[in-house]
Amino acid sequence: MNQPKNQQPKAVSLISGGLDSMLATQAMLDQGIHVEGINFYTGFCVEGHTHAIRKKDKAKPKRNNALWVAEQLGIKLHIIDVIDEYKDVVINPKHGYGSNMNPCLDCKCFMVGKAHEWIKKHDFDFIVTGEVVGQRPMSQRRDTMPVIQRESGAEDRLLRPLCAKILPATLPEREGWVDREKLFAFNGRGRKPQIALAAQMGISDFAQPSGGCCFLTDAAYSNKLADLWSARGERHYELDDIMLLKVGRHLRPRPHFKIIVGREEGENRFLEGYRKQFTHMYTTSHPGPLVLLDGTAGNDDLQLAAQLAARFSQGKMAETVCVELHEKGTAKRELTVAPLTNEEIPLEWYL
Amino acid sequence: MSHHQLDARRMLCPMPVIRTQNFVVKLPPGDTIDVLCTDPGALHDIPAWCRIHGHEIIGTQEQDGELMISVRVGVNSD
Repeated sequence: MNQPKNQQPKAVSLISGGLDSMLATQAMLDQGIHVEGINFYTGFCVEGHTHAIRKKDKAKPKRNNALWVAEQLGIKLHIIDVIDEYKDVVINPKHGYGSNMNPCLDCKCFMVGKAHEWIKKHDFDFIVTGEVVGQRPMSQRRDTMPVIQRESGAEDRLLRPLCAKILPATLPEREGWVDREKLFAFNGRGRKPQIALAAQMGISDFAQPSGGCCFLTDAAYSNKLADLWSARGERHYELDDIMLLKVGRHLRPRPHFKIIVGREEGENRFLEGYRKQFTHMYTTSHPGPLVLLDGTAGNDDLQLAAQLAARFSQGKMAETVCVELHEKGTAKRELTVAPLTNEEIPLEWYL
Repeated sequence: MSHHQLDARRMLCPMPVIRTQNFVVKLPPGDTIDVLCTDPGALHDIPAWCRIHGHEIIGTQEQDGELMISVRVGVNSD
């Protein structure tokens, strides 16, 4: 007989900030389990950043939903920085990508694996997730759920309360730490059972019903990441790279350089923080955005970038626009250029 | 009791929370820490993290786009 390490069994729950993990955690709390939350920060999380950067999103709540959920449930939440370790998941996913650059199955194996390391280190008994069989096309299928158990190393210490009754009994159920009869048999993409359970549990306020929290599932973002790797000739990134992919308008007029154009005041302010790392420019004769140049650029390239900067300024209809250019390692200089017209900017330049 | 400063400027949430969490865990109860931030989201997230972990917010200040969130470490500094 496997005794829990603790008189009151302890579980760590993967908290995304969405409804499913909230329900799964509440189900464990209702059974008297001591639960603490864990949330992994990969650098690709949607919420927080875009709200913080873009001025137009200022009215949206800036709360971190995982923290908010933990507070609603009355549990601790441990937020773990996995930015560096996660790179291998994104760059070399053993199970491949989803419809974009989302390595969902590898991601889930990785996160449950990190949670498994955590419970061993902190003497907890098992791991809880809000997964539901059939909810997701890649990571939440009947055939991939055992893969996550196996590859994470968690094996039968991984309990999915929302669909446990249609899966083999796990250690916490077999040993009676958790009453299997009080768990659920949710299956498929529908959200009605979750919404009904939320009502039953008295949960009326929750964030997005599920998912949608990772930039890697976004086609436009994935295209920009693929372009970054292609232009650099290697599959590698730093945190700054993936942050910048979230911000501004990206255009690649030549294979050896691209520009990032702030779209509004909040983005310009965010890009300001990168001025020292990049050749950059802005229009001085007319109000306009800050433009960063990523790559290598000769004089013709700088002229072209300045014409693009002029195009996205309020001087786009003017005959000429003055652009102050700050080239890395050289003194600033001013260029006077004719803004490019829309017709002169091929669509394929836009990433 | 000691007083500390943590620079989390130019970081976007949740990094200021993670830095605060990782710093606070090394401190004894009663120590205080001023966390400097620029992401307005930290004004919500750091107090939320403190509430669920038993730490106390003893003040917040905002000046020229910079925020200072002052925390007193509680007993549950795990």
